[in-house]
Amino acid sequence: MGNVKRRHAAVERGVCVACGSCEDVCPRGVVKVMKGSYAAVDISLCIGCGRCEMVCPAGAVTMEVAE
Amino acid sequence: MKPIQPIKKRWYHYLWIWSVFYFAMGFFNIIFAWLGLISFFLPFVFAIGFGTKDFCNKYCDRGQLLRVIGGQTGFSTGKLMPSWLRSSWFRYGFLTFFMSMFGQMLYTTYLVSAGAKELSEAVTLFWSIRVPWEWAYTAGSVEPWQAQFAFGLYSLMLTSAIIGILLMLLFKPRSWCAVCPMGTMTQMICKVRNNNE
Ligand code: SF4
Ligand code: SF4
Ligand code: SF4
Repeated sequence: MGNVKRRHAAVERGVCVACGSCEDVCPRGVVKVMKGSYAAVDISLCIGCGRCEMVCPAGAVTMEVAE
Repeated sequence: MKPIQPIKKRWYHYLWIWSVFYFAMGFFNIIFAWLGLISFFLPFVFAIGFGTKDFCNKYCDRGQLLRVIGGQTGFSTGKLMPSWLRSSWFRYGFLTFFMSMFGQMLYTTYLVSAGAKELSEAVTLFWSIRVPWEWAYTAGSVEPWQAQFAFGLYSLMLTSAIIGILLMLLFKPRSWCAVCPMGTMTQMICKVRNNNE
């Protein structure tokens, strides 16, 4: 069995403006603004749909591939 | 961009109606502009009181307006703003500029209250374009300084709304939120309050 590659979102804390645009559009509810400071993604539940990246005005979300 | 809907409909998604109400009321009677102070104080209540940006994340009428027109109905190009507009120096520079303009507005209000300056029955767009607005004020209905503050606050709110809408049309729906002075200040407060986490 080979390793399964999966896409997930990642937020660069220093770039995030904590606007919350991403929270509203996440179908799994796994991206959340933490303590008004930055957004964080629970990558174990993220399905890599990219909707958060689509709306992020700060360019803080990148899609990454993990094994 | 392709319209993008929130996953769950919430009551606060309709708060954009407050923006429309606010600008419409100020068009007919400038004294309603004082209601804009709610949008100045509430973000701080959330940030200082609870250490959250729940105002930005949920209850900001401006954020909801830009999300609805730009994202939900797809009037935005969906492009990312150029990196210089998203940079920290621009964000903090704009905050400094915005706050100095706010201070200037308070000073003008003070001069009018002290009788050192005449009330100017006009809205000033982009801190320089004077737009006559006399129909919205009946002389003597309130103190001149109260009217001056209303014209000043309305000018600030309308100017920032226009910038926000232009950014929304050209870039991602809530691009304004990446430079908004209120958003910048409340994030700073939350970071300090939560020990720079
Ligand atoms: S990629 Fe999709 S599932 Fe993952 S955090 Fe973003 S919106 Fe949510
Ligand atoms: S949309 Fe972008 S900037 Fe806004 S909270 Fe999410 S990751 Fe941060
Ligand atoms: S960043 Fe400014 S416009 Fe955007 S949601 Fe926060 S207060 Fe409202």
